[in-house]
Amino acid sequence: MSAHSYEEALEHVARGRPEVMVLTAENRLAIRGLAEKLGPRFVDVGICEQTLVGTAAGLALRGRIPVVHAIAAFLTMRAFEFIRTDVGIAGLPVKLVGGVPGFLSEENGPTHQAIEDVALMRLVPGMEIFCPADEEELVAGLPLAIASPSPVYIRYNSRPATRQSRELVFGKAEVVGGGRDFALLSYGLMVREGLVALAELEARGIFGRLVNLRTLAPIDSQAIERAARETPLVVTLEDHLLTGGLFSIVSEHWARNGLSTPICPLALSGWFPPATLPDVVRHAGFTGVQIANRVAHELTR
Amino acid sequence: MDSISLFPVRVREQFALRAREEVIRMASRGGCFVGAALSCVDLLAHLYLSVLRLEGQGASPDRDYLFFSKGHGVPALYAVLAGRGFFPRERLGMHLTLGEGIYWHPSRAVPGVEFHSGSLGHLLAVAIGVAIDIRLRGGANRVFVILGDGELDEGSIWEGLLVARAQRLGHLIVVVDRNAMQANLPTEELVPLEPLVAKFQAFGCVVRETDGHDFGALETAFADLPCQEGRPVVVVARTVRGKGVPSMEGRADRWFARLSEREATQVLAELDVVPGSSAET
Repeated sequence: MSAHSYEEALEHVARGRPEVMVLTAENRLAIRGLAEKLGPRFVDVGICEQTLVGTAAGLALRGRIPVVHAIAAFLTMRAFEFIRTDVGIAGLPVKLVGGVPGFLSEENGPTHQAIEDVALMRLVPGMEIFCPADEEELVAGLPLAIASPSPVYIRYNSRPATRQSRELVFGKAEVVGGGRDFALLSYGLMVREGLVALAELEARGIFGRLVNLRTLAPIDSQAIERAARETPLVVTLEDHLLTGGLFSIVSEHWARNGLSTPICPLALSGWFPPATLPDVVRHAGFTGVQIANRVAHELTR
Repeated sequence: MDSISLFPVRVREQFALRAREEVIRMASRGGCFVGAALSCVDLLAHLYLSVLRLEGQGASPDRDYLFFSKGHGVPALYAVLAGRGFFPRERLGMHLTLGEGIYWHPSRAVPGVEFHSGSLGHLLAVAIGVAIDIRLRGGANRVFVILGDGELDEGSIWEGLLVARAQRLGHLIVVVDRNAMQANLPTEELVPLEPLVAKFQAFGCVVRETDGHDFGALETAFADLPCQEGRPVVVVARTVRGKGVPSMEGRADRWFARLSEREATQVLAELDVVPGSSAET
């Protein structure tokens, strides 16, 4: 594929599939050029997330594949019941793209912090949840999300890739490193910090693995099962509330399958103080080095 | 745009009377939102007999859509759909039977139902999506949305109207079943809506007001639609909760009713004495 940015990737898909439409509730940051390029297949409804989602459901009823853009906090919360009731009950292939999720809201403050979006989207039966680690994964996964017959929530993350990642398949985790000292499970923005932690610990003679889940629904049960059976410590890392996200997914899996490997959750307990992204991550204790220190500490307990 | 042939007023009246009987029977099979259903029976009878271009009438690609947003009024919709042959009337007898799809709010499993509803304030937005796609494909379909007046409390209705006007959806026709009652109270006592026509006009809609029980007036209200390029239409139909059953009309406690066999018989007998109507169909 020749596309490099999300906008180029979306334009590419839209050109190949005339049923794709691009919608937004006046949040054009990621799709600024598409109004002109897609003409009437680009619809900006203004600042009304409920009508945005309902309209997308109506378009999907007529055979369209709407790709819907709004700030993640407003899309998943303001419009939650429209997602559940109009998209979810009908199982329509609406693609919901949530902007600035988790730490990416940076200086916006708690009103804009989507740190419960994964929990909410998990509550919609049939919803797929795609959490790209960087722009490369976002671009690679977009055609898969659009090709899926299901509704999909995309936790938008267009931060530049820091590495070449492996082929992206929904429901299949990417496992980096094969060490058996610990397993670090993560998704989205935090994957890069996890990679730093992995390298940092290797330098200290502690060898683990990073499991980049990529999609939380479907979830790669085998990968998290192997993490439990092959390592003595599983760490979940996410810029999301402790409740309802990856830690919950893993805990549910443990309970259902009688697993007892200790889990150390690195997640948020509440809203974080708004600041630039590096400061936000550092304050939360989620830089690669901070994570490495935490893992090393857990292993000596 | 060719219009479908109008059924004579007499035929529509008799069709509506039969639909009211079905609604009352559903109220006796476990109960239903009978008052809310009876207020829109005439509206739906008129629309399905004399306004909507339905599938199977030689106009399938350009058939009209009707989204029933005041979901609790669904017995009226089901009775009308059954009367129009979308499914056998016997299915109405399966009201509240597990697996039959006939419950207190619309299900897409029932033929003729465009979309499920029940949570108020949803289907205007869904209808907007359908209307946008129709325009994109150059279709001549019209999209009707039936709202309750209590439903107008929902903010999503008003944002939807803003968007419908912004998107210039002249083929979107919003019909308000203005029975002047919320679930428990008159609308004007709880959250006053008047001046309602002026509100819709201020939102850029073409507004028509009509008696929602007078088939002659309904003909005028729904004639020549769409009417103004790019302007959504709102038909405010003044109706009466429980219409057709004098003992139920306008009563706050007849939004929902679960009738015994005996009560149902009494209520059905009341239908016979509605002026200008006949129990024979």
